[in-house]
Amino acid sequence: MSSIGTGYDLSASQFSPDGRVFQVEYAQKAIENSGTAIGLRGKNGVVFAMEKLVTSKLYEPGANRRLFGIDRHIGMAVGGLLADARQIVETSRKESSNYRAEYGGDVPLRYLTDRVAGYIHAYTLYSAVRPFGCAVILGSQEPTGPSMYMIDPSGVYYGYKGCAIGKAKQAAKTEMEKLEFSNMNIRELVKEAAKM
Amino acid sequence: MSSNLSFDSFSTAIAGSHAGPKKLTQTPVTTGTSVLAVKFNGGVAFGADTLGSYGSLARFRNCERLLKINESTMIGCMGDYADFQHLKDIIEQMAIDDLCKDDNITLSPRSLHSWLTRVLYNKRSKMDPLWTTVVVGGIEKGEGFLGFVDKLGTAYKDPIIATGYGSMIATPLMRNAWRPDLTQAEAVKMVEDSMRVMFYRDARAFHKYHLGIVTADGCQIQGPLEVQPDWSIASLIR
Repeated sequence: MSSIGTGYDLSASQFSPDGRVFQVEYAQKAIENSGTAIGLRGKNGVVFAMEKLVTSKLYEPGANRRLFGIDRHIGMAVGGLLADARQIVETSRKESSNYRAEYGGDVPLRYLTDRVAGYIHAYTLYSAVRPFGCAVILGSQEPTGPSMYMIDPSGVYYGYKGCAIGKAKQAAKTEMEKLEFSNMNIRELVKEAAKM
Repeated sequence: MSSNLSFDSFSTAIAGSHAGPKKLTQTPVTTGTSVLAVKFNGGVAFGADTLGSYGSLARFRNCERLLKINESTMIGCMGDYADFQHLKDIIEQMAIDDLCKDDNITLSPRSLHSWLTRVLYNKRSKMDPLWTTVVVGGIEKGEGFLGFVDKLGTAYKDPIIATGYGSMIATPLMRNAWRPDLTQAEAVKMVEDSMRVMFYRDARAFHKYHLGIVTADGCQIQGPLEVQPDWSIASLIR
């Protein structure tokens, strides 16, 4: 699946002759090596599940946690380079806090996702920086219902009923396609997530 | 040098010429009156009425002046209501930040008291105070904690705290009734009785109030409750 982009893959500010930005594609590769993370959106909430990859018995329990709170009402699951992901978490928290200071309320998830995606996209435009080597899944329970979005290193985002990133994402997605999300509540989804 | 220190340029002289909008020692606009608080065996209880006075006008009659911060901390605020709302936004964001970090460390009453003292003292030292008196209370290491900070940055801790007129009217009454092994029910009754006397005597008080209680089980604010005044002696007074 890997193709060599000789000469056109040295910086994010270059297109290849066939219209690809190789740096962004390489960033997406970085996520495929990380532990699987899945998100499932039911009718009354969103469930995240992460595969815990124990690379060493010397770690303290709770090391390498890949699930973060962004605000009271928003959670984020990440896959890929953890250090890059932590930067995105901090940015998201600041955006959420600024929104609250200015508009006096909880930030709607689609607004936050749009802002964070714009931030991630900015790092794909210049040769002075490299794209983020991580994808993030954002979930929230809002007055209008639960919502979930995934942003990948290119800055593209979509809303999902079910999504997966990491090593076993294909297998997880296949399992997810069998589920009828709109009818399931979060308790049922937690069980399904554990099975996956 | 003398023009630098003439009174109306005091704040820019201290803060530098690029100090933003000029703010001097303000006059408060919409104000809340006393906050009462008492420590009992197992927690703390707060009382604060729901009036926002506009000078002598009883203008806003549904202002909540108690704020729950987390399950172990609460504050009550007297003075300028806008300054309280400003502090509320900042402290609420601090509480959200704690929640996100999810490391079982949350703002404790003692640390909040210390933070508020520094903020209020530094503001007053720039001649730009937040015109508020704050009572901070809650559970700290299993025991009740109660602290006071005013707009000058004066801070102290005591089992009984009352601000403004409350310190003169309610404090003596509460001190008479206080014991170290006070129960929650007795503490609540003490606050209720004091709120009634405050309503009788404080010309900027109101008959509706919120009651806040923090125990090891958590923090809750009840209200608006109503003072049950007894005016029967009025007929005996000519």
